[in-house]
Amino acid sequence: MNIYVLLKRTFDTEEKITISGGKINEDGAEFIINPYDEYAVEEAIQVRDSNGGEVTVISVGTEEAEKQLRTALAMGADKAVLINTEDDVENGDQFTTSKIIAEYLKDKEADLIIGGNVAIDGGSGQVGPRVAELLNIPYVTTITKLEIDGTNVTVTRDVEGDSEVIETSLPLLVTAQQGLNEPRYPSLPGIMKAKKKPLDELELDDLDLEEDDVEAKTKTIEIYLPPKKEAGKVLSGELNDQVKELVHLLHTEAKVV
Amino acid sequence: MTRKVLVLGETRDGSLRNVSFEAIAAAKTVADGGEVIGVLIGENVSALGTELVQYGADRVVVVEGEKLKQYTSDGYAQALLAVIEKESPEGLVLGHTSQGKDLSPRIAAKLSSGLISDTTAVEVAGGNVVFTRPIYSGKAFEKKIVTDGLIFATVRPNNIAPLAKDESRSGEVASLSVEIKDLRAIIKEVVRKASEGVDLSEAKVVISGGRGVKSAEGFEPLKELANVLGGAVGASRGACDADYCDYSLQIGQTGKVVTPDLYIACGISGAIQHLAGMSNSKVIVAINKDPEANIFKVADYGIVGDLFEVVPLLTEEFKKLKVHS
Repeated sequence: MNIYVLLKRTFDTEEKITISGGKINEDGAEFIINPYDEYAVEEAIQVRDSNGGEVTVISVGTEEAEKQLRTALAMGADKAVLINTEDDVENGDQFTTSKIIAEYLKDKEADLIIGGNVAIDGGSGQVGPRVAELLNIPYVTTITKLEIDGTNVTVTRDVEGDSEVIETSLPLLVTAQQGLNEPRYPSLPGIMKAKKKPLDELELDDLDLEEDDVEAKTKTIEIYLPPKKEAGKVLSGELNDQVKELVHLLHTEAKVV
Repeated sequence: MTRKVLVLGETRDGSLRNVSFEAIAAAKTVADGGEVIGVLIGENVSALGTELVQYGADRVVVVEGEKLKQYTSDGYAQALLAVIEKESPEGLVLGHTSQGKDLSPRIAAKLSSGLISDTTAVEVAGGNVVFTRPIYSGKAFEKKIVTDGLIFATVRPNNIAPLAKDESRSGEVASLSVEIKDLRAIIKEVVRKASEGVDLSEAKVVISGGRGVKSAEGFEPLKELANVLGGAVGASRGACDADYCDYSLQIGQTGKVVTPDLYIACGISGAIQHLAGMSNSKVIVAINKDPEANIFKVADYGIVGDLFEVVPLLTEEFKKLKVHS
């Protein structure tokens, strides 16, 4: 089976966000594989291990995403592809990224494409479904279970806490929700092997794309931090009285109940 | 510049969801004096058209069919694209719900348009329609505009105030016949888990439990409090990882992002990942044994104490309040 994983390099969830020069400050920040994409990598490896085939991990970004691609290889993916847009795309959006990925995938005969359901930085959740639509294949988002039998696929999907069981078929794109699996940590032999696994680097040119073809349809005009919250009121006294006071405050001061 | 704007009315169990009324309010801003057209997709949904009008839509287009009984991205995309083709709108607004998140990128890809997802505010400034949206799970915000083509956005529930319902408003509710072709993914079964109570993402009150809840049974007092307040129960990752509750309840950087009027955090330490999912709530109450817990830094009100003592007392006190008011 020909399996592709869409992977994004994101800020570590522990990172504090600061702004400099109107942009998110990346200096000294730790980066990780977007946590939802980690589920995608794990799922791809498991599907390959039971069905055979090959897992290729793709990322669109800068050279720095090599580190996260290597991590995916160390987890067990077979190949990685970095589509380096550093020189060609200054302010891409989801239209840009999905167009690039779809262009790369269009002649790859992918059976299964797995991505995270959302990236924890931009948080739009658009790229996966957009890619599926561009490739004209079905997709199922926020999945928590994937069962493949030949070309028939049964997927369980999280819908705001409820589950839908969906029947569909390959080729297919799915996006991972938390609970799909427990991503493995790269093992030491895995890390050693990953160094020798192929990691190809491509640019727009290699995909016969011009900058204009992928020009963003949206633009960020301002980035700012939320206003700092004043320290709240910690109540004191007898517990009974505290509770009474709290209810009173919520009713009369905050007016939320 | 006035614009013609479509809004998809989302239904759940035969009623319109609040987020649809919020989406109409957003669409009004995008329309800037132009026409706002509600769209309803489903089976036997046309009766809901009037309500969309009462909340501000000028008229409503309904696409009905057996294949549209349940949401599927294939079916709904065909229906919505048919309406778009007929109406040629300059704007399109959906709720940023499970359905909106699933459907909107397909529509955007099909139309080669931009899409600004998960917006929390919209305004017209300097001739542009400017959307505000949280990024980095609410640790920062960005303002974004569409630079080319359709102004397309999804709105996060609970953030944009709906217009007041006006029962004197009237508008045309017309149906559009669309032939729905193959559905490539078919829903075989829906397993209801979370929807016993109030939907977490739309709830006005969220009672959330962390590791301090100690067990699955430990969530019971939280559920009782939620019932009294008409709210939903949520959880921190710690509580989910410890198997005290289902991951569908998780609030945080991974998990759901909620912005209720009132968020009561019970036995939650307040890790940065959790704060990312709830710190934009309007009023936050923290209940924790540890006075040094990080959650107190974002809380508007705090009680240092054992949640198993505090929560039942709170439930009783709120019951009294409900009786009196």
